[in-house]
Amino acid sequence: MHALSGVSLAIEPGEFFGLLGPNGAGKTTLINVIAGLARADAGTVSVMGADTVSAYRRARRMLGVVPQELVFDPFFTVRETLRLQSGYFGIRGNDAWIDEVMAHLDLSGKADANMRSLSGGMKRRVLIAQALVHKPPVIVLDEPTAGVDVELRQGLWQFVGRLNRDGHTIVLTTHYLEEAELHCSRIAMLKAGRVVALDSTHNLLAHFAGSRTTARVIARDGTQFTLELSGYDQLEAELARLRQSGVEIADLELDRPDLEQVFLRLTS
Amino acid sequence: MGFTTLFRKEMLRFLKVSVQTVAAPVLTSALYLVIFGQVLEGRLQVFEGVRYISFLVPGLVMMSVLQNAFANSSSSLIQSKITGNIVFVLLAPVSYLEFFWAYVAASVVRGLAVGGAVLAVTAWFVELRLEAPLWTAAFALLGAALAGALGLLAGIVSEKIDQLAAFQNFVILPLTMLSGVFYSIHSLPALWRGLSHGNPFFYMIDGFRYGFFGASDVAPLVSLALVASAFLAVATVCLLLLKSGYKLRT
Repeated sequence: MHALSGVSLAIEPGEFFGLLGPNGAGKTTLINVIAGLARADAGTVSVMGADTVSAYRRARRMLGVVPQELVFDPFFTVRETLRLQSGYFGIRGNDAWIDEVMAHLDLSGKADANMRSLSGGMKRRVLIAQALVHKPPVIVLDEPTAGVDVELRQGLWQFVGRLNRDGHTIVLTTHYLEEAELHCSRIAMLKAGRVVALDSTHNLLAHFAGSRTTARVIARDGTQFTLELSGYDQLEAELARLRQSGVEIADLELDRPDLEQVFLRLTS
Repeated sequence: MGFTTLFRKEMLRFLKVSVQTVAAPVLTSALYLVIFGQVLEGRLQVFEGVRYISFLVPGLVMMSVLQNAFANSSSSLIQSKITGNIVFVLLAPVSYLEFFWAYVAASVVRGLAVGGAVLAVTAWFVELRLEAPLWTAAFALLGAALAGALGLLAGIVSEKIDQLAAFQNFVILPLTMLSGVFYSIHSLPALWRGLSHGNPFFYMIDGFRYGFFGASDVAPLVSLALVASAFLAVATVCLLLLKSGYKLRT
């Protein structure tokens, strides 16, 4: 039984890449292998050209990981936590960047609070700040918005969007498919440890839009018809059939396929 | 830099709860001194011209050093593993050598801090002379390093608090209590005396005591060599496990 099997993909510098899949698909295992928290039986992973095993120091400096679990060290305050994390990456005197990161994540007011006293959402913000203290070119966000309130979620996406525009590569796993659809330029879908789809978000949506869709037709007398189409090219023939049977068409709505549909079709 | 930060973090961790990590063991040792010193004073004569209570103090000091050095690395690592915050170190470019030395060095500092405090407190009650301070320092340093490395080993291997507690209660505590803290092994029957020679903690306490009185059961150089060998053996096992990621990385 392998948690991952035959996974082969390349994420380009500066991409906003989504890693989607149902529970147990292997997303977190893949991230753990990239981060050096798990060792692969075979194969190699490199981050910005640095092998995660033979050049692990360089690879880890390139990488900032926000773990899925809400973990923290109860002995320290937020600022101490971020200073220690900077030190692990060989950075001293990092307070200016720590202050900036805390300000963006709305943590400044909690800088001297002990980690134990923070709410779940606040602890999540500190995890994100910890991943950013060494300004890594690649940022991995493993379910970053799980259990996070709407306000933080918006602030977080603004901040991550800015980091991406500044050239940081973002790798995201999320259960909120609308987030992946909104932010990711390219997506890999995993199922049972294998990549079942790997394409740009646009192509994935377009492909499924071109293959199956639903049309709702509203007649002048208010009657509604739902047409299950295998493709847009089928639409005109179906509308003609309705007209021939005496239906006067007043309005037409076409369902735009979203990532959830793509996800369900590929992973179910 | 990874070493410096991890060492600093381990230091801060025990200093933030110094009542529990420093003051409490000092009180325990003072109680041992009061109880055993009062009960056995005048009944036992170990070294010529040395009162029993004076004989007892170096043993109590070294016992505190060893127990606290072990407790520091073992409890810190097991807590980090259980709460999951060990991930912050594992994600960072910290080498397994830096990891090992940071934990061991912080354990040495805590062991020596508690040992020093016990010595300072007991010095109020007992007149002590220091015949060979360099031997005392060498055994304190090496003994604390060995106990710290043992604590790290226990922390790596254990997955739950009760596994660590078993290691502490069934290995460390008997080895400490049967190491000659309260007696000289010459007062033991031949079988127990022979078994004591297989206990590395005995050599640490005997050698440490040599620094105070200039007298010991075993030649201090032999004891030092055995303690150093034990440290090298435990350190090697720790480094191999850390390098492989055993029970730290999946």
